Amino acid sequence: MASNNRTPVIQVTGLKKQYKLGQIGGGTLTHDLQSWWARVRGKEDPNTVIGTDTRLFGQTFMALNGVDLTVYQGEALGIIGRNGAGKSTLLKILSRITAPTEGEIRLKGRVASMLEVGTGFNNEMTGRENIYMNGAILGMTKAEVDAKLDQIIEFSECGDFIDTPVKRYSSGMFVKLAFAVAAHLDSEIMVMDEVLAVGDMKFQQKCLGKMSDVAGQEGRTVLYVSHNMSTIRQLCTRCVVLDKGRVIFDGDVEQAIAVYMDTTDVNVVHYDLADVSRMNQSAGKRLRLETLDFVDKESSVFADTEKMRIRITWRVSEPFAGVHMKMNLHYRDSSPVGITHPVDLGPAQPGKLYVSEFEFDPSLLGEGQYFFYLDIFDGALAQAVCLDKPVTEFAFEVTSGDLSMPEWASGWGRIHFPPVKVLTSGAEG
Amino acid sequence: MAEQLQTNASNGEWTTIIRPRTGWFDIDLQELWRYRDLIVLFVKRNFAVLYKQTILGPAWVLLNPLLTSVLFNVVFGGIAGLSTDGTPSFLFYMAGNTVWTFFSSCINNTANTFVANSQVFGKVYFPRLTMPISQALTSLINFLIQAAMFVLFWLYFFFTGADIHLTAWMWAVPLVLVQTMLLGLGVGIIVSSLTTKYRDLAIAVSFGVQLWMYVSPVVYPLSTLGESPRLAFLMRLNPMTAPIEIFRTATLGTGSAEMGMFVYSLVFTAVALVLGVVLFSRIEKTFMDTV
Repeated sequence: MASNNRTPVIQVTGLKKQYKLGQIGGGTLTHDLQSWWARVRGKEDPNTVIGTDTRLFGQTFMALNGVDLTVYQGEALGIIGRNGAGKSTLLKILSRITAPTEGEIRLKGRVASMLEVGTGFNNEMTGRENIYMNGAILGMTKAEVDAKLDQIIEFSECGDFIDTPVKRYSSGMFVKLAFAVAAHLDSEIMVMDEVLAVGDMKFQQKCLGKMSDVAGQEGRTVLYVSHNMSTIRQLCTRCVVLDKGRVIFDGDVEQAIAVYMDTTDVNVVHYDLADVSRMNQSAGKRLRLETLDFVDKESSVFADTEKMRIRITWRVSEPFAGVHMKMNLHYRDSSPVGITHPVDLGPAQPGKLYVSEFEFDPSLLGEGQYFFYLDIFDGALAQAVCLDKPVTEFAFEVTSGDLSMPEWASGWGRIHFPPVKVLTSGAEG
Repeated sequence: MAEQLQTNASNGEWTTIIRPRTGWFDIDLQELWRYRDLIVLFVKRNFAVLYKQTILGPAWVLLNPLLTSVLFNVVFGGIAGLSTDGTPSFLFYMAGNTVWTFFSSCINNTANTFVANSQVFGKVYFPRLTMPISQALTSLINFLIQAAMFVLFWLYFFFTGADIHLTAWMWAVPLVLVQTMLLGLGVGIIVSSLTTKYRDLAIAVSFGVQLWMYVSPVVYPLSTLGESPRLAFLMRLNPMTAPIEIFRTATLGTGSAEMGMFVYSLVFTAVALVLGVVLFSRIEKTFMDTV
């Protein structure tokens, strides 16, 4: 734990956030009346998201379930955890985007949150105008921006284009400008959600350097959420691991990463997906995955000679000529490994439960623990519209029975290519 | 700067406490004031967005009421032959229409606050009220431009011998304008709070505002309802009757401005505004969970 002789700047006590499951607002009055009328007659609600278990309606789930945390001035605190562990919810409450259900957070100083790069940027306005706009949105007065303007422009490397509307900027310039504004705020606390994942490598390093300075030399406090363990290592002085809405570890960065990696659960072979959250708003509406099973397995540990058989069930709410699927594979520290080539699961009609079984060959993966996301989409990958992508991480482990190989070394990456094909080999001449 | 932060942080007190949503009037006006620069920038942005890449640009601000007034003049004055209290009909319609446009744009531009900005609101915190306030101020500036045009036409009619003159109600006009803006803002933020649950309310509102115009003395004066006391009474219940009548009485010399009606309208505005702010501040804390 951090030393107690320093000043606490964030104190989180008993923080809870509850979300309701099932149908929530955002509809139209007609829809609500329709749903009400259907319920009165005991019929199925015509507006329910397909495949949802209505028995769960009105039930709640705790995105944060009693979080206590004290952050001291000048710390760079990393927050890691699986998807759905509560990281984003914690940041949203800290940034005052939504209110907690219970508990409280006490803060000293202003919070500048960067949950996204370039929030509030307007395409029609010039770079300079956007600096003022973005600064003001993040809580700076005009005078404060004036004082920092030259530094911001210099850091952004956009000096020549500063009076050009940002719609003419490349995406890289856009990101640089946006980060420059946020990094030069006078706020005492900075909250960042993986914003460094964008931009080119050189600029990423520059940003990380800047953030370290902000925390180390300027005495400000940085909260950083990331899936990228190497940036966590580089930036953070302390790290907490969230799991199922609670803090399960708080302290040393390396230990935290080890704890995080252990949250991969390879003992689960059946997943219920109907009520888990989705990667984006539209996912799970027109098509919804209901279950996923590792077929004929007690645990999801696979020998690298073994084929992985996976069965999914799903429903659609409208006819599809073809439904496409791919797996997004990640190592257990969340670094991406690769994707499978998309496959067509065939046409689908509403009203039926579809069962698809497929085989994945993990023989290319080096020994270790992995997880994948399932991505279902409409049409070709190039112009795909995501139909469903649960945030669930389907974990599995690959073991090797090959005695000619030593234990997989971390420096080898994740891919175990087949042996090269020896064309000729022999003594010269 | 590090030193300054040190003192800021070490002199003890917590500056912000984030708690569950409690109470009905939980709004930090001091904080809103600290974000005044943001309001100014939003107003500038509203203009930039409105007129960049348009052919006529800012001329739209003037063309819109001008064409509407001409149209009203032809349809309601010419074809329907409605009374205009004996004032030049063109000026009569322009006065009513300018005030009404001001009011309706305040409502229409604020009614969508939460839904239209959910992207930004979901990513960063700033006092949400800055958004509708800046929209109302944008409408105010548009109104002032239109009012300047009204003054030009007024001068033209005045010097060509039309029977118009200013009255003492002129002194009430600034208050009336502020009131009109606050009424539009109040109604707008009430609607915007409700649209987080029911999206179709936004459509109902733009339609409702159109209907509201016809029960306000925009295309006819209140005095035409003189023969029917019941209608005239109902008309006085409309909080927009007083501002329009006062504006006309003040600038054209004839109209049905009354003190009682004015006071009623002011009270109505205050109630709508307080209700709006209360609803708004309740919704802003958790609306991101339901959008």
